[in-house]
Amino acid sequence: MGHQPSQHIIEYKTLGLVFIALLAMTGVTIAASTIDLGKLNVWVALLIASVKGSLVLLYFMHMKYESRVLWLSFLTTVFFLAIMISFTFWDIAFR
Amino acid sequence: MKATASFFETPEPARFKGILSWLITLDHKRIGLMYLFVILFWFLLAIFLGGLIRLELMFEGQTIMEPEIYNSVFTLHGVIMIFLFIIPALPAVFGNFFLPIQIGADDVFFPKLNLLSWYLYILGGIVAIISLFSDGFPDTGWTFYVPFSISTNTNVSTAVFAAFILGMASMLTGLNFITTIHRMRRPGMGWMQMPLFTWSLYATSWVQLLATPVVSITLVLVILERFFSVGLFDATRGGDPILYQHLFWMYSHPAVYIMILPGMGVISEIIPVFARKSIFGYKAIVISSLTIAIAGSLVWAHHMYTSGMSDTAVFVFSLLTFIVAIPSAIKVFSWVSTLYKGSIEMTPPLFLSLCFIYLFSVGGLTGLVLGAAGPDIHVHDTHFVVAHFHFTMFGGTGFAFFAALHYWWPKMFGRMYNFKAAYIGAILLTGGFMFHYVPMFVLGLMGMPRRYFDYLPQFAQGNFYAGFGAVFIILGIVIMMINLGVSFKRERDAAADPWGGTTLEWMTPSPPPLHNFVGEPVVDKYPYDFTRVVAKHAPGGQED
Repeated sequence: MGHQPSQHIIEYKTLGLVFIALLAMTGVTIAASTIDLGKLNVWVALLIASVKGSLVLLYFMHMKYESRVLWLSFLTTVFFLAIMISFTFWDIAFR
Repeated sequence: MKATASFFETPEPARFKGILSWLITLDHKRIGLMYLFVILFWFLLAIFLGGLIRLELMFEGQTIMEPEIYNSVFTLHGVIMIFLFIIPALPAVFGNFFLPIQIGADDVFFPKLNLLSWYLYILGGIVAIISLFSDGFPDTGWTFYVPFSISTNTNVSTAVFAAFILGMASMLTGLNFITTIHRMRRPGMGWMQMPLFTWSLYATSWVQLLATPVVSITLVLVILERFFSVGLFDATRGGDPILYQHLFWMYSHPAVYIMILPGMGVISEIIPVFARKSIFGYKAIVISSLTIAIAGSLVWAHHMYTSGMSDTAVFVFSLLTFIVAIPSAIKVFSWVSTLYKGSIEMTPPLFLSLCFIYLFSVGGLTGLVLGAAGPDIHVHDTHFVVAHFHFTMFGGTGFAFFAALHYWWPKMFGRMYNFKAAYIGAILLTGGFMFHYVPMFVLGLMGMPRRYFDYLPQFAQGNFYAGFGAVFIILGIVIMMINLGVSFKRERDAAADPWGGTTLEWMTPSPPPLHNFVGEPVVDKYPYDFTRVVAKHAPGGQED
């Protein structure tokens, strides 16, 4: 079997800070839901969720410390997902 | 080399013998062969069902079955051919068997996951069978379009669940191949030293991994709709029936590239070997494989021009569809250029590959007629689509499967087959194919819809010809299969390299040993360098 790359160990302090940031942003999500921003409602919610998701990916799932190949693989999946959603909206937006 | 025990004699894990040594094997070659036998079973069953469809349509009015049965038969034919044959055929059988060997590895990266994929595939097939014998045969066609798939009383939920399980098998195989290619290539084998079949599997695996979850979720949504009436696809409750089509084709269009890309990889292996000439445009073929995988994922809604989708989307998807033709054409031109001034040796695999190039080109070019938004309005859902689809999928992937079977048969089983019978089978198949599908193009242009049980008198002649061709197709396939089957009566007499190939699978005995190679395989700087092969076959050269 192939050689195993060395595992990067993240400090508890960093993980704790990320955890606190996630909790704080959950609070922000709840707070934002009480304010009516009109069309921006969805975008704001998505923005906060994306930042939270990115933190989980970068620190909890160790993406920050992975090789370029894994980054490329990950970004490819994001790219395809973006295409699938945006192209479908082309149809609905112009129908 | 011949004294080495093959993987047939050395099971993995070693303590099991007989049928158990196959059912719990971790050897990628055995798993590949287990796929082969199950896939062939489904293929022959679906061919039989296809024959019944053409027999029914051969004459006007009811011929051999009721209209409701007809609906179920074409649904079954489609579901089996798509989900149980064409999608897994080349990657699961030949990919499993040859991918690790071509990159100089001893197995795939996750052997247990590989076996799990096979069991999921089997489970999916069993669930599909169960769907037939409970609450009536599904009658939706293989596309499971809403609102019919949600409202029909037949057992759509179970059939859809079968497709869900098969999707999982497909995803896991894709994941396994991607990891294997990244992590297990022999030192010295860079990306540009990889054989083109492996490259095509790499591109295919990404599509499998990224697109399959979309259809899996969509199929779950259909089940949810049927049981709980959520209203996702119901316009009266704020849902959108066209959304189903988007989600379905988001997977199912890329899926046709899952089906054809490994086929193109097979042809890219066979052509240079029998032209004794380096493949023309290695890098261009690699890039075109990746481009097809990417561009093929951007064009799904060209199946939906008449669905009520917005005109802007029709325009965009039509434009993008034409882009896919470019990398496909690059491949076809590269194959033909490889043959140019080559030292061509005709063999059954090459013959089938040449048939592939012709039939796939016709299929591809008629695809442009359908991809163009204007003409598509006229031929949408007619027999033109049926003919186009079968030219690409049967004439393309199907012929590539047969070519691969004849090319790698001596390697897999160590036995050569009778060339004359193989040619007869291939010629009957190709001739029957033309008789079968060309009339369907004409019928489609005349306006005959697909999936109809009966037709107007002006369509009678074309349908008769098509039915006539079907007989030759079935005869050709039967002869080919019997010929390959009869080879088991022979001694294991195939040489390690019976064709004069240059990729690593020809550097190991036929059939290969358990860990694939006797010694350390040597990786060439370029996988298609025929200098040694030409020298060996030249007058005075050292033959095996």
